[in-house]
Amino acid sequence: MKQADTASAVPQKTDGRAEPLAQKDAQTEGSPLPASITTDALPSESKSAIDVPELDADLLLEMYRKAVLIRLLERALLAAAEEGQIGGAMHTAIGHEANAIGAAYALRPGDYITCTYRGHHHGIAWGMDPGRSIAEVMGRSDGFAKGKGGSMHFVSPEHGMMGANGIVAAQVPHAAGLALASQLRGERKVAITFFGDGAMFQGVMHETFNMAAKWKLPLIFYCENNRYSEMTPIWRTSSIEDIYLFPRAYGMATMQIDGNDVEVVHAAVSQAAERARSGDGPTFIEGITYRLAGHMAGDLETYRPEEEVEKQQAHEPLTVLRKKLLARGVEEARISETEAEVEETIDDAVSFAEASPWPDAAETYLDVFTGPTSEET
Amino acid sequence: MRRTTYIQALNEALREELQRDEDVFLIGEDIGHYGGLFRVTRNLLDEFGEKRVLDTPISEQAFMGMALGAAIVGMRPVVELMYMDFTLVAADQIFNQIGKYRYMTGGLLKAPIVIRGQQGGGKHYGSQHSQSVDSLYAHFPGIRVVAPATPYDAKGLLKSAIRDDNPVAFLEHKMLYFTRGEAPPPEEEYLVPIGKADVKRAGTDLTIATFSYCLLQALEAAETLQQEHGIDCEVVDLRTVEPLDTETVWESLAKTGRLLAVHESYANCGVGAELVARACEEAPHLLRAPARRLGMAPVSIPVSRALEEEALPWKEEIIATALEMSRR
Repeated sequence: MKQADTASAVPQKTDGRAEPLAQKDAQTEGSPLPASITTDALPSESKSAIDVPELDADLLLEMYRKAVLIRLLERALLAAAEEGQIGGAMHTAIGHEANAIGAAYALRPGDYITCTYRGHHHGIAWGMDPGRSIAEVMGRSDGFAKGKGGSMHFVSPEHGMMGANGIVAAQVPHAAGLALASQLRGERKVAITFFGDGAMFQGVMHETFNMAAKWKLPLIFYCENNRYSEMTPIWRTSSIEDIYLFPRAYGMATMQIDGNDVEVVHAAVSQAAERARSGDGPTFIEGITYRLAGHMAGDLETYRPEEEVEKQQAHEPLTVLRKKLLARGVEEARISETEAEVEETIDDAVSFAEASPWPDAAETYLDVFTGPTSEET
Repeated sequence: MRRTTYIQALNEALREELQRDEDVFLIGEDIGHYGGLFRVTRNLLDEFGEKRVLDTPISEQAFMGMALGAAIVGMRPVVELMYMDFTLVAADQIFNQIGKYRYMTGGLLKAPIVIRGQQGGGKHYGSQHSQSVDSLYAHFPGIRVVAPATPYDAKGLLKSAIRDDNPVAFLEHKMLYFTRGEAPPPEEEYLVPIGKADVKRAGTDLTIATFSYCLLQALEAAETLQQEHGIDCEVVDLRTVEPLDTETVWESLAKTGRLLAVHESYANCGVGAELVARACEEAPHLLRAPARRLGMAPVSIPVSRALEEEALPWKEEIIATALEMSRR
């Protein structure tokens, strides 16, 4: 892996003191601030130069199918939320698709994943059924967790999906525990955990960095840096310019990559997985990305200008991948056909979820405890 | 039978379960090379190695969360919290994650984790190292809560806790560690079931329902009440706080008609309040006098032994309350 020199990209300080963060906004235009911390830099401006092998065109088309599937599923969910079919907090991953897809195809069956409440794309990328996924979000009995987990708790052990989480960064030590189980049992399974830039400032994140690095756990930390902690831009919250520098302090290998390009993500995660399987410990990948929809359904998005979102459309995952397919000789007709097929899949999935019955009232009291003495509560 | 200490009983339970099931591992602070602050895990690293007995940094949230990650793929972590007060440091992982994981996943995953360590006052450790967290754990659904008072029960219940498919908070008490009691020798394996109370002293006048170190205080109080006041108390050792074995308590209540619940966690919103409420709801016909509860005074626990003793619901307070109840 070639790591680009980062020193020149960091703004020079005049007196050694930290600059007031409020001034960063004004300095952004034309400044050499890194993609980590600015909200309008494109993911392609990320810093680590890694070798990116070209993937087979058929595989890329399959990834594109997944990307469209996620995009349309998220749009269908937003529409259902607007109709009042979905309650609570629902966070969509429109714009984040490539991070999940590139990683899913780089890992093996049997590997583990945990992720944040923005986790629909991970579930779908890892193979979860769209109809049952939508049913789960709607709280119906055909959901993966019988409607008890909902949008923030996608889970499917048969796919290695060991749980999305409603508490920022709480899923990170769970992945470390999965990696620990693999290590203690002498297996060669790898765990990957996804989280956002906002999770970087939870204490448990840093506790886990330290333990994972010290114990050389087969673990991949994947930060989907969309530059916003919920509604607050990262330059208002981070004490340093580049967040991939935090885990470096724990002696970890780190990369900052274009999270909107499936091939780049695939290459980075493949390298990290190889390192993990060889017993060389964890890797931190900062995938620069951008959330094209609100933080959650109903977000008024008053915190960012429309021009910023517009600019990011130029390098969003589906656009990047579609261009790539055309450049690799995949015919437009095949791509459109794929898109049409996915539209049909989503229509069927929505119908399936809407037809799914509500769970029985008795279900309320099940799954609290298990074991011979205890389905009672 | 032979005499053994509470610590030795715990150590034997851990050793036997580590031998029996290779998915069992211990994780916590100073438990391996040092052998545990209170020596509960003494010699286990030498015997089982670093893959079974894991020394951690002081990172309670991370290692508690890691225990969950390992447990959902079938391992059986036994987590030591050096002081159960540190439950509060790892609270998100314990109550928001471990206790809910089975439910949130619709039963797809389970979390067989034992969270063990000592709690309680009496050694002048002050506000952040003397609290009793049984009522706190029992308040949230999804976690079994066990608090044995004798070496026999400690060993048998710890082995049951490790084999249980639910998360179990296994609450020891610092005043019990060096107490001795009878237990079968290691070659005679036994288990004590979770969820079963045990009548430790038979009596006819008043039921004292208690657990953990308060059991010893209650038994002493019962002796005094018998000898000096002619009041014959039945002492029920709940042993498990979640689920509460109300059946055994109601059986006792049928004889005595009087119920006094005693524990060291706060009386306010505590296990005793719960037991008294359930007696009123489920067994009011058995009550010949209003049921009462005793717990820690609603103060942060002070260091000074004069103040700490005042705050603890121990022998003298049990006697005074029992006398008030008997006069009715």
